[in-house]
Amino acid sequence: MFELGRRLADLGIMGINRRNAEFTLAYNPRRYYPLVDDKLRSKELAAAAGIPVPELYGVVQSEYQVRRLPVWLKDRQDFVIKPAHGSGGEGILVIAGRCRANYRTVDGHLLTQEEINHHVFNILGGLYSLGGQTDAALIEYRVRFDPVFDHICYQGVPDVRIIIFLGVPVMAMLRLPTRVSGGKANLHQGAIGVGIDLATGATLKGVSRHEVVAEHPDTGHSIRGLVIPHWETLLDTAARCQELTGMGYLGVDLVLDQDLGPLLLELNARPGLAIQIANAAGLMHRVKLVEEHLQELPSVEARIAFARRYFAVKPPPAP
Amino acid sequence: MNRTHLYVLAFILAAVGLGLCLYKVLALNFPLSPGAESYTWNVEAKVTFMAGNEPAKLTLFTPRTTRRYAVTNEAFVSQGYGLVTAIEDANRQASWSIRQANGLQTLYYRAEVVRVNTRDPVNPVQPPSIDNPSFEGADLTVARALVDHIRGRSADNETMAAELLKRLKQPQPDDNLALLLGKNPTDRSRMELAAKVLALAGVPARVVHGIVLKEQKERLPVVHWLEIHNHKVWQAIDPNTGAPGIPDNYLAWWRGPLSLARLTGGSDLRVTLSATRELEAAINTAVVRGQIKKPLLLNFSLLSLPLHSQQVYRVLLMVPVGGFLLVLLRNIIGISTFGTFMPVLIALAFRETQLLWGIVFFSTLVALGLSIRFYLDRLKLLLVPRLAAVLIVVVMLMALMSIFTNRLGIERGLSVALFPMVILTMTIERMSIVWEERGPYEAIKQGLGSLLAASLAYVVMHNREIQHLFFVFPELLLVLLAATMLLGRYSGYRLVELWRFKVLAQVPPKES
Repeated sequence: MFELGRRLADLGIMGINRRNAEFTLAYNPRRYYPLVDDKLRSKELAAAAGIPVPELYGVVQSEYQVRRLPVWLKDRQDFVIKPAHGSGGEGILVIAGRCRANYRTVDGHLLTQEEINHHVFNILGGLYSLGGQTDAALIEYRVRFDPVFDHICYQGVPDVRIIIFLGVPVMAMLRLPTRVSGGKANLHQGAIGVGIDLATGATLKGVSRHEVVAEHPDTGHSIRGLVIPHWETLLDTAARCQELTGMGYLGVDLVLDQDLGPLLLELNARPGLAIQIANAAGLMHRVKLVEEHLQELPSVEARIAFARRYFAVKPPPAP
Repeated sequence: MNRTHLYVLAFILAAVGLGLCLYKVLALNFPLSPGAESYTWNVEAKVTFMAGNEPAKLTLFTPRTTRRYAVTNEAFVSQGYGLVTAIEDANRQASWSIRQANGLQTLYYRAEVVRVNTRDPVNPVQPPSIDNPSFEGADLTVARALVDHIRGRSADNETMAAELLKRLKQPQPDDNLALLLGKNPTDRSRMELAAKVLALAGVPARVVHGIVLKEQKERLPVVHWLEIHNHKVWQAIDPNTGAPGIPDNYLAWWRGPLSLARLTGGSDLRVTLSATRELEAAINTAVVRGQIKKPLLLNFSLLSLPLHSQQVYRVLLMVPVGGFLLVLLRNIIGISTFGTFMPVLIALAFRETQLLWGIVFFSTLVALGLSIRFYLDRLKLLLVPRLAAVLIVVVMLMALMSIFTNRLGIERGLSVALFPMVILTMTIERMSIVWEERGPYEAIKQGLGSLLAASLAYVVMHNREIQHLFFVFPELLLVLLAATMLLGRYSGYRLVELWRFKVLAQVPPKES
């Protein structure tokens, strides 16, 4: 057992205790958390900085507004309802279309207006928020993902998670919804995480739960070697989020829309650790390298160049 | 993040805690473990009788402090009765009297008795007086023959008494003895006969009546013993073996031929004696026994609190221990539970239900609550009203379970009421959300994790040694605090993470 622990430490695998004690607690000032935890605020912040985000259709702040929902949604064929303070992808409802008075979810279920209202009430009551405080429900643009992902995606929207440490991208993965995950892109719900070569944006192996996989379980297509379009833009957007929020250790979730290109979906102050399995690499060596060379990386461009050079699949020896 | 600061602080806290603890152990002789002997017993005599609408007077013998037991904290519970206590010969008695009483009367005498072992007699030794034994006619002849017989087979008073008891104990006594004993001899009549025969032989003897202290809530039988006066002190003789000495747990209640309680002006007199062990007063016992020096320091400790508050603190001081255990389970091992400290509260409830029943009740309550919660889900209630509804259902389920288990004769079912219902409600709600969001596997996994954590917390928090340690040495909490703070900076792997990232250790690292 200690042997296993030592080998993992040699590989630079970051454990949850280390992430909490030495990264989120040390580099993420508590006062900036609301910027990240409140999706409405991060959205406004990003929009103000010129970072494209999914268009916000409306915000439901209190119970009486729920009555107006049918009017608000009257002209919308598809949209997403999500809690402003949700975590881990909980409470997100994706409506893909209408069927007379009813709403159709991505997996084909029909929901009545009453069921939609109930979901919004649950969000407002704080069911999905951290600590159960009252929350707001965001209604926003449903992303139509880039056709490059057509073969390796089952319902839902695949997204790209990039971990940014002190402004430098240190690791990235593509998250693919599966039948098990119910169209959600969260790994603990059963989505597949696929490692990404930071240098090229090409996908590596995938991880489902705790196993390494090479194909998408629902479509059967290989998930390796796919080059993610707009890779430079994705890295650039993610890297700029550090200055935006003041968070030193940040997970940035981005989506690729077929019409609008890269959009910032949400930010995460406590990004998960499964990304290490997807990339078959540990985070510790990479963040240490960033800590050592931070002074030499004054600009976003320099940081991205550093990341693409040293965090590639076959990196040159560390400087 | 300055680690030195943390280490220094933790070191100071641990040093202060351990130092105080060591000082109390080494210099003040505080016992490190609860110890088997340092028990205090609560003894109770319950007297009931029917009063006949006339003046009633009840006299009850009460135990008195001897060199073996100290009697403290006496209480006489009697409404409307006048009370006089008096010492008469070797006995102490309480007399209750009332001008007029009607119907069933219940009086209580309660006291704490503490095992002590003083060398010198506490009470002045009664000068032995030999009453003229009331043998007559044939009895006298037989008794004389018996005395001659036992005197011939013994060297001194003690061996004579032993010989006599041996003969009295025979299952088939010879005709002479049978004549003296009469039909259906009882232990008491045997002892009284022995005392009379010994008196005839010129040895002062008396019968002692008392109880053997053991954990038994219902009526304790009165056990009769023999004492002979042997060179200045009264020497107890075991009625069964004839050997001198008396068991440690024998509490003498009264001596002599009179019965335990006497009543005038009433009928249907009943007296029951009972005893319960008072574990909590172990330290007080030590104080009474004079083992702990400087009781001054005790004035500023938890031991100076009333017994009832001490009980509360005994439990409260276990909560940090449970919290510490959860730190280990969650941050070192990585077990996931519903709610951070929920298992500690469940473990507290397990104190009353005991572990096995606790697990059964908890699982049943959560399972039933969960199924009703799933049904409520279809009604699309708002969050807070739904939580309140689940709370109401949980309370009703608890009541129903108590009623059913009571019907089935399972006494433990009543203690289900002590489960923290708000915590249960939140557990059910969280579990149903996890069930829907992440599937039954995750929900049941976390549920079992909580149950496992609660069971472990129960085992640790219910440990008598640990309870004693933290109650007598509350400064150990400082050590616990230091350890918790050090664990707060533990950044190594959790045990479950080793399993989670195992696949990475198998793949040869790409960088090399």
